[in-house]
Amino acid sequence: MTLTQIIIFIAVSLLVATVMKDRGRRWALLVLSLLAVFWLQPFSPIRHLDFWLACLTLAATTFTWLVIQTGNAANVENQKTAALLAGLVLLVALLRYLEPICCLTASPPPAFPSVIMALAAMGGVAWLVRRWFSSRRAALAASIAALLLTFIVLKNPAISEQLSAWLRALNGQPIKLASAADLRWLGFSYIAFRLLHVLRDRQTGKPMDLTLREFLTYVLFFPALTAGPIDRSQRFAQDLRQPFRLSEASLSTGGWRLLSGFFKKFVLADSLALIALNEVNAAQVNSSVWTWILTYAYALRIFFDFSGYTDIAIGVGSLVGIRLPENFAQPYLKPNLTAFWNSWHITLAQWFRAYFFNPFTRALRSARRPLPAPLIIFSGQLATMLLIGLWHGITWNFLIWGAWHGVGLFVHNRWSDFLKPRLDPSALPLWKKRLLDTAGALATFHYVTLGWVWFALPNPGASWQVFLRLFGYGN
Amino acid sequence: MMRLKFVLLKAALMFLAFNFLFAACDPVPWLAKASAYNRLFPGRPRLPFGETPEKAYNFSLFQLDAMLRSHELAGKSSRPASEYRVVLIGDSSVWGYLLTPNQTLAAYLNQLGLADSASRPVRFYNLGYPTMSLTKDLMILNRALEYQPDMVIWLVTLESFPWKKQLTSPIVQHNPQEMRRLLDRYPLPLSLDDSAFVQPTFWSRTLVNQRRALADLLRLQLYGVMWAATGIDQNYPADYDPPQEDLEADESFQGMLPPNLPKQELAFETIQAASSLLDGTPLLLVNEPIYLSRGKNSHLRYNFFYPRWAYDQYRSLLADFSREQGLPYLDAWNLAPPEEFTNSAIHLSPAGSRMLAESIGKLVKSQLGIIP
Repeated sequence: MTLTQIIIFIAVSLLVATVMKDRGRRWALLVLSLLAVFWLQPFSPIRHLDFWLACLTLAATTFTWLVIQTGNAANVENQKTAALLAGLVLLVALLRYLEPICCLTASPPPAFPSVIMALAAMGGVAWLVRRWFSSRRAALAASIAALLLTFIVLKNPAISEQLSAWLRALNGQPIKLASAADLRWLGFSYIAFRLLHVLRDRQTGKPMDLTLREFLTYVLFFPALTAGPIDRSQRFAQDLRQPFRLSEASLSTGGWRLLSGFFKKFVLADSLALIALNEVNAAQVNSSVWTWILTYAYALRIFFDFSGYTDIAIGVGSLVGIRLPENFAQPYLKPNLTAFWNSWHITLAQWFRAYFFNPFTRALRSARRPLPAPLIIFSGQLATMLLIGLWHGITWNFLIWGAWHGVGLFVHNRWSDFLKPRLDPSALPLWKKRLLDTAGALATFHYVTLGWVWFALPNPGASWQVFLRLFGYGN
Repeated sequence: MMRLKFVLLKAALMFLAFNFLFAACDPVPWLAKASAYNRLFPGRPRLPFGETPEKAYNFSLFQLDAMLRSHELAGKSSRPASEYRVVLIGDSSVWGYLLTPNQTLAAYLNQLGLADSASRPVRFYNLGYPTMSLTKDLMILNRALEYQPDMVIWLVTLESFPWKKQLTSPIVQHNPQEMRRLLDRYPLPLSLDDSAFVQPTFWSRTLVNQRRALADLLRLQLYGVMWAATGIDQNYPADYDPPQEDLEADESFQGMLPPNLPKQELAFETIQAASSLLDGTPLLLVNEPIYLSRGKNSHLRYNFFYPRWAYDQYRSLLADFSREQGLPYLDAWNLAPPEEFTNSAIHLSPAGSRMLAESIGKLVKSQLGIIP
């Protein structure tokens, strides 16, 4: 999101909070979120793709809602929501004909008849889903598989490039220019994880009582669309349903988070970006000391950037009565890697813990011939961190980054177990405890920072060269 | 709700008050003087300039103070007894467009290892700056005096001379206060009321309007880290277009037509002002090398910039002027062969730059009394 977009969101949120009563606020949040999907979707050189990707986001969310339904999906409110959804898509498409105010999308939307046809097709699929697949186990599993498959396609540069070439050929555009970057689907990583969360909950029998309006607002909530956090549907719905009046307290909390977010993102992170380690400067830097400085800059930059966006999302959310969950809690000051992962991208880590680590280790423990406990922990931590790595992109470097943290977490786990009977922190004098915590924080920060060398660069060779230079080797 | 309105009103009033306070204090010029260059990281061997910051780790800004403080010269503020200090001013050819810091004219002059009669090493500093305007050079020279040069070498070319070009340089346009100081002392036919100048107003000094200037100051410092870490201060594209070989059959120069190049249209007075400003410090004038085209219409024009008639008369005028003013002068116009130019009729290759350095080196030696 750009600064201008955020300022517009803040202004509109304040307007909604001060002018609209509860029911109006809920509808307004839905409209804002739906429009934000089109507005924030980045430009794609493939003709009309930015419009269609936004439509696919809406379709995937709506279909998922239909799949998880147990009750009467066709009540009046849901019908109104569906009508509003279709109406807004048509409205956005119509802007194509309103030069010069065209368009809400990054490029002009496709011709109106093709949008009507697409909407009709989506309506048909929705009817089929509701009629035949609603709440069936196979449908839930198929939806999860479809989301994971889309994830793999989007996160794998080679497959994305192939798909881009195919879409270009379909559009009569030059295939030679196909690139994985053509398929930048706004917020898909977060949207998919919210959808997977409700699908998995439904699979395990948890009730899902969100209306279509609530569900769309939850999945597509505009402040959290691009960079999270990944909220839980029931918690979000609770906030949404509660009456809300903009008070001094919420304004002050929101305002403070917004100021903090702006400062972190647009002053600190954007400044550090000028000197942070990247593919180009990694090959140009001429000494070990400067390589360390660039690597530290990257570590701080990624924190301020991400945590700044989270502050902004939480700030905007609090202006409209939604308390989004925290995503960061001073992660670089934590004395060990486990504590780091409890305070870095908290909602993602919690998601993986709930939907992968816990079921996976439970399955290993309850196997007919269970593995030894340390091996179960190692398998669980390594597999979880590898998946978190791959969530960022299916590349060797993200995989190694995941392994780096998986191994680090296991080593810390074993070290803690080793120390537990030998060292009682509560028996230590305060200064010793502080010293240990400081040493632990420094060691953890450096372990995490070195891990970013894998994360920041595109291939293992480039990262290895940086490692060599960091420690005084290499050219 | 009422209290909420008061909170919003208070926030708006505080925002306005802070902006007015910022405008009243005008801290940007003061902040421009703060620099980590020559302290935390080495000074730059040339003034900051760049159009692709993310690749060049360098960019163009308008605060002369900040620019000069980032220069290596700022790390040596007073004239040391151990060096003979020579400052080079001029356009992009002096700055070293497409040349690494080790390939600029100043770098090659330093490599000559000259020493004055007292055996002090002669140290050359590059204060060239891209954009063609003698007034821009004069403005930089005026500020460079702070560093007490023993000698100034000014590389000029006809394109920098026309009066109407003097205010086209953004660095001149954004520094009317610097121009005021010069115009107060020297009767140059330029007016501060010219619309080219960006005049500061109270409103333009508010925080909202100064955000770009503040960001530039911060960026300049941050790029200092990248300068120190990589030694890169310019983007070097893999390929570029060479100087135009086939030329238009157009004999006009900046609206002037043959047969006569009117001297009053050219800014010779800026050189007189510089000479006066230097107050006895030697000023060497160099007419920089130009690309000599051999293509279509090269009988009418030397290159993209210059029709032959205008350039020939300019050379004659400049030679006469330097003689009248008693300024040592080197006419290096045809010194470099065409293959030693890069992407423009005035941008030299490393070899061309070295050739020019050797010629200028001889002139400097003669001025220092090393060669009789």
